[in-house]
Amino acid sequence: MNDIKKAKALLLHGGEVCDAADGNRQKIDLLIAHGRIEKIGTGLEEGFHGEKIDVSGCLVTQGVIDMHVHLREPGREDEETIESGCAAAMAGGVTAVCAMPNTTPPCDSQEVVRFLKKRAEEQLVEVLPVACITKKREGKEITEMAELVKAGAVAFSDDGSPVVNAAVMRAALEYSSMFEVPVIEHCEDPHLVAGGQMHEGWMSTRLGLPGMPDIAEAVMVARNIALAEYCGGHIHIAHVSTAKSVEYVRRAKENGVKVTCEVTPHHLTLTDEALIRYDTNLKMNPPLRSHEDVEALLVGLRDGTIDVIASDHAPHSLEEKDVEFAAAPFGILGVETMLGIVLSRLVQAGELRLEEALRKMIIAPRQVLGLPLPRFQEGEPANVTIFRPEESWTVRKETLHSRSRNMPYEGWELSGRVYGVLNRGYVWTAGL
Amino acid sequence: MPLQQKHLLGLEGVSAADIGLMLDTATTFREILERPIPKVPTLRGLTVVNLFYEPSTRTRISFELAEKRLSADSVNFTTSASSVKKGETLKDTIRNIEAMKIDMVVVRHQAAGVPHFLTQCVQAAIINAGDGMHEHPTQALLDMFTLRERFGRLDGLRVAIIGDISHSRVAGSNIRGLMTMGAEVMLCGPKTLMPRDVEKFGVQVTCDVEDAIAWADVLNVLRIQLERQEAGLFPTMREYHAEFGITRQRLERAKKEITIMHPGPINRGIELDADVADADYSVILDQVTNGVAVRMAVLYLLGGNEESVS
Repeated sequence: MNDIKKAKALLLHGGEVCDAADGNRQKIDLLIAHGRIEKIGTGLEEGFHGEKIDVSGCLVTQGVIDMHVHLREPGREDEETIESGCAAAMAGGVTAVCAMPNTTPPCDSQEVVRFLKKRAEEQLVEVLPVACITKKREGKEITEMAELVKAGAVAFSDDGSPVVNAAVMRAALEYSSMFEVPVIEHCEDPHLVAGGQMHEGWMSTRLGLPGMPDIAEAVMVARNIALAEYCGGHIHIAHVSTAKSVEYVRRAKENGVKVTCEVTPHHLTLTDEALIRYDTNLKMNPPLRSHEDVEALLVGLRDGTIDVIASDHAPHSLEEKDVEFAAAPFGILGVETMLGIVLSRLVQAGELRLEEALRKMIIAPRQVLGLPLPRFQEGEPANVTIFRPEESWTVRKETLHSRSRNMPYEGWELSGRVYGVLNRGYVWTAGL
Repeated sequence: MPLQQKHLLGLEGVSAADIGLMLDTATTFREILERPIPKVPTLRGLTVVNLFYEPSTRTRISFELAEKRLSADSVNFTTSASSVKKGETLKDTIRNIEAMKIDMVVVRHQAAGVPHFLTQCVQAAIINAGDGMHEHPTQALLDMFTLRERFGRLDGLRVAIIGDISHSRVAGSNIRGLMTMGAEVMLCGPKTLMPRDVEKFGVQVTCDVEDAIAWADVLNVLRIQLERQEAGLFPTMREYHAEFGITRQRLERAKKEITIMHPGPINRGIELDADVADADYSVILDQVTNGVAVRMAVLYLLGGNEESVS
């Protein structure tokens, strides 16, 4: 991979600039100086002596943000590091990631938040720490949320585990609402999924694997909505995977509850039928669901019930995944393939309009997190993703930038090849 | 015609022709078992490892006997998965064993899909001797063999499987095999022990054991495990016996002869009353005898390189 360079003086010319906030597109050039958009217009070549980058055939949008990423650092640097995770993000056209807190130690203190920010200081990709809801992710006592927000946490989550105790969740929602940051919940009733390995249904019956019923997610979604409605906090449902969850969120939104949610590319494109050969690279939590669930997720995506597309990038080592299905950990890679899968399997397949897709990966996540939106305006920082919507590429494990290889998309033909990204004063191009 | 598979991972997707071939071959071996010296040199020089990650008495002995009667060399690897967990991975174990020149692996494991996984690790032929709640194909083959021996056919036969369907790999393989062979299958058990969407196999489902008895030619009665009660899936063994136990009284009410099967080991007085288990319409011990013949057939058909088959 090419190294990132300082974006001192760049001219992006010949491309089509698409503002993800309103979907407006125009053929126009961007002149970048010291990481900022200096000029927007045409005929900017005159008198320009910096690097000219021909982006004809490309869409130039604001930077994609993936609000659900496991960087594994600190603790499992063999699986991913901040550096390798950021490299994977860049290659996937992603300029910001939310780092989930289930690390070792977990991100439940200011020290860990500061560590993450410090380690990511020199990265083009902005790493936004999500701090734990509860100390040590034990689900018992809430963390020092005020301090964590001051240190740079953008949200709270015990991701990987739900907060089982409803009183603790109530306190988390009430307390966090003082700082206007969302509480992100991995919704799962632990008793209903006990020992489960895959979605419960016809396929789990056929494969003889213990099931994880859709109600395990749905009852927790319903509980969290009820809590958020009662105490006014902002609940964000991570990786919704079931038709029931979508329906509960839809109704809650109609009732004015402050609830938002995200969905992963894999839950939109794969079903539990893919598990027929016990491939551990298809084992994740929540599990791949039924056709009916996928259809409901797509409807929810189109009607606005589902706000965000996020990858739940979850690297695992080869040794841990190269085992019998029951022994393998849950999780698959995703940050590097999210844009490609969304563009080809949703947009090109006619399931979602391009403008909507970009909104859900660029604008909506930042709105959920209360972050400023990157704008195409002179004087604004250049936070940009450049890709060729028409150019196809083939996913190959060996070309991934992650340290891990646990992904089920080997050989998938995707459209929307990433050309490059700009952010935080840096530029990186894929060298196409 | 040779078998259309390299492994026996389950009965899903196995054709009626292949099942027929395995059952026909077992008939030959069944005869051999009646000889004064019940041993043939067929698999001489072939090495089979019996890899048992779960406690098993009858299946392991049955396979071992089948291997010995075919003159194969066999070795046993018996362990509990918990002790293995601390040590090497399953993949390392199987590759080390294969490095000692093994031709076939008979595997039992508490996790579904392990036989599939092993086919990706080694070249040896894999025989599933029970994987989690998935399949136990040789058990279903010996059940079908026993039924074919008794009824002369499988087509149109009505077989009711009674008990904990959810956790039963015996049911998993019997459903698939029987449906392929044209039998009708009904499942009967507490709703909490009935797997989700199981009717998609094309079977009938009931929670009334008397309905199942009235309908069936054959009852295949499954062992009920105490751990299901401990998991809260049914209240007491007493109530299980009262609602689902196969008793002489219930059978007499049906006013017809019903064949009783059980994969063993039996909980006498719980899923099956002692007098029913030992009655002349019970074929439980025939199942055990036939098990050796069926496993010989499977080993022979999968293990035979061209020369040894001919």
